[in-house]
Amino acid sequence: MDNKLLVDNQTVLKVNNLKTRFHTRECTIFAVNGLSFTLKKGELIGIVGESGCGKSVTVKSLLQLIPMPPGKIASGSAIFEGQDLISMEKDDLRQIRGNKIGFIFQDPMSSLNPVLTIGQQIMEPMETHLELSSKEAKRRTIELLQLIGFPKAASRLGDYPHQFSGGMRQRVMIAIALSCNPQLLIADEPTTALDVTIQTQIVALLKKIRKEYNMSIIWITHNLGLVAGIADRVLVMYGGCIVESAPVVQIYNDPQHPYTQGLLGALPRLGRRKAERLISIKGQPPCLYCEPLGCSFAPRCPYAFKKCWENNPVLHSVDTSHNVACWWDTKKGRPRSDF
Amino acid sequence: MWLVGGIQRKEGLEVTSKRDLLLEVDNLQKYFPVTEGLLHRKTGDIKAVDGISFKIYKGETLGLVGESGCGKSTVARSILRSYKVTSGKIYYQGQDLTDLNDSKLRVLRPKMQMIFQDPYASLNPRMPIKNIIGEPLLEHSSASKKERQARVDELLDLVGLSSACGNRYPHEFSGGQCQRIGIARALALNPEFVICDEPIAALDVSIQAQVVNLLEDLQKQLNLTYLFISHDLSMIRHISQRVAVMYLGKIMETGNQQDIYESPLHPYTKALLSAVPIPDPLLEVEREKIILEGDVPSPANPPQGCRFNTRCPAAEELCFKQEPEWREIKTNHWTACHFA
Repeated sequence: MDNKLLVDNQTVLKVNNLKTRFHTRECTIFAVNGLSFTLKKGELIGIVGESGCGKSVTVKSLLQLIPMPPGKIASGSAIFEGQDLISMEKDDLRQIRGNKIGFIFQDPMSSLNPVLTIGQQIMEPMETHLELSSKEAKRRTIELLQLIGFPKAASRLGDYPHQFSGGMRQRVMIAIALSCNPQLLIADEPTTALDVTIQTQIVALLKKIRKEYNMSIIWITHNLGLVAGIADRVLVMYGGCIVESAPVVQIYNDPQHPYTQGLLGALPRLGRRKAERLISIKGQPPCLYCEPLGCSFAPRCPYAFKKCWENNPVLHSVDTSHNVACWWDTKKGRPRSDF
Repeated sequence: MWLVGGIQRKEGLEVTSKRDLLLEVDNLQKYFPVTEGLLHRKTGDIKAVDGISFKIYKGETLGLVGESGCGKSTVARSILRSYKVTSGKIYYQGQDLTDLNDSKLRVLRPKMQMIFQDPYASLNPRMPIKNIIGEPLLEHSSASKKERQARVDELLDLVGLSSACGNRYPHEFSGGQCQRIGIARALALNPEFVICDEPIAALDVSIQAQVVNLLEDLQKQLNLTYLFISHDLSMIRHISQRVAVMYLGKIMETGNQQDIYESPLHPYTKALLSAVPIPDPLLEVEREKIILEGDVPSPANPPQGCRFNTRCPAAEELCFKQEPEWREIKTNHWTACHFA
């Protein structure tokens, strides 16, 4: 395949022009509109954005986990190990899901099977993909549970999900995702349903695992504070598009897109003594009922001018590995001349 | 009257003549029975709120913070007498709410209102929003239809919605707008005291800021007093003047916002604060995080001694034997820890 040629050995995943639509009886929802990014080996990318901006649909599209129909991947490719995940047959994809790509979902209660013991659920992918004997798989399961900080692991294999707390269930999900030593781990809001002290536990655990296995991770969250502490690079999504992508320090210290600036202004800071007024972004997030003609942030943008309503800006490099999709140069206070 | 100048009461802040006390909660307990079997025999109690005391002064915002299941919402509902409390007293402007009968309580209810967490679930989907907002007026005032309509328009304007949308139904609004409708309803009867029970938890970041700004503006405009419940420590710091930290049905620490955030005394407060991610990558790297082991114990069977002893990094033998006393370490800064 010529796709192989496009990818160097440092790139784990290369997503190009991904478009996902949902065709319902009433309308078509344009959930993801031409998304491209690459993930390097050992890199942790944080995808941030508000609810409904297409974060989850993006990663679920990569593994064809969206319900089809009504969902449809209209175009795009996602090259993983020289193969295109988007055009792949379901049977081939099954060899990759849960094996080379692990997935942690948001809600640990609804993503675990309530009628199977956690032992069975952690062993299942190893028996399927690695063809381990059940004895082998059990031994590794106990190892995994110890790794992720499960007290008395061996005696708890026969317990069911409802017997565990939310944080423990999320640990079980992590054990399942890690069971086959994936190269890529996708974590879709893994700590959103958890309390802040439990969130700290899970984040510390994933950091440790990442170091040990040199794993590439895509971490989806709406929590801008969380991303600051874990990610190497951040993609900010709005209305199904990436509006800004940059190394983590630049996103926070030098945000260029009006939406990123707005999001950071809207956050109360723990270390801020004097309560300043929060800067809110006026208006509502967009409904994605029609393909955006102009920039989807234009209705809420303080800088929007004629061009923004007519043409959707594409990602454009403003600095080394800092890309922004905006017609307005917020630094110079005038429209961008360079693109 | 219980408000005696200069006399210190055991639960927290010195009573000063400058600030008027609005609400005082004294040793409040709320247990929910656990029943078993066909006959629903009582086998135990969920000790959702187990002896807490605090005060709220006029015009201020008290932030109540804690993890899920620690009893924050039970406190709120007990104050409004949605629950019959197990024991303890709740004084609202000197009047004890816990032994009022229904008709006397009804007179007080307009003064205390609540804003709920889920903006969709708290609005009746079959009512146009002008009826939702106008319903409290129908119940508690003798306003004519015309007066009601005028008040609804005024309220919609106050919360930043167009008065033209009064005939629309809740599903036609976004989450942030629904929360505004909930706020308008809470304000319909000109309350003095509003309990905000996680009013922004279900909203997106950019919308959260809109709603919080609105709440702050309304507080200034209408001289409201808030009890603001949240698990978001950054937001609590932003909005409140005083903060109470709850854990497993008890208040662990209370004090002025600045004291709690800059010199926390209780190990639980310290751990909570260190667990909050800060949106600044350079700071995040340097920050030392206190990682608490394990989960919150069940409120049906809280640990002996200090409630936090199962997770406390500094727990010693004493903590397992004896419950720490609630004491004032610095002026207006109270905590329940042996080693604070």
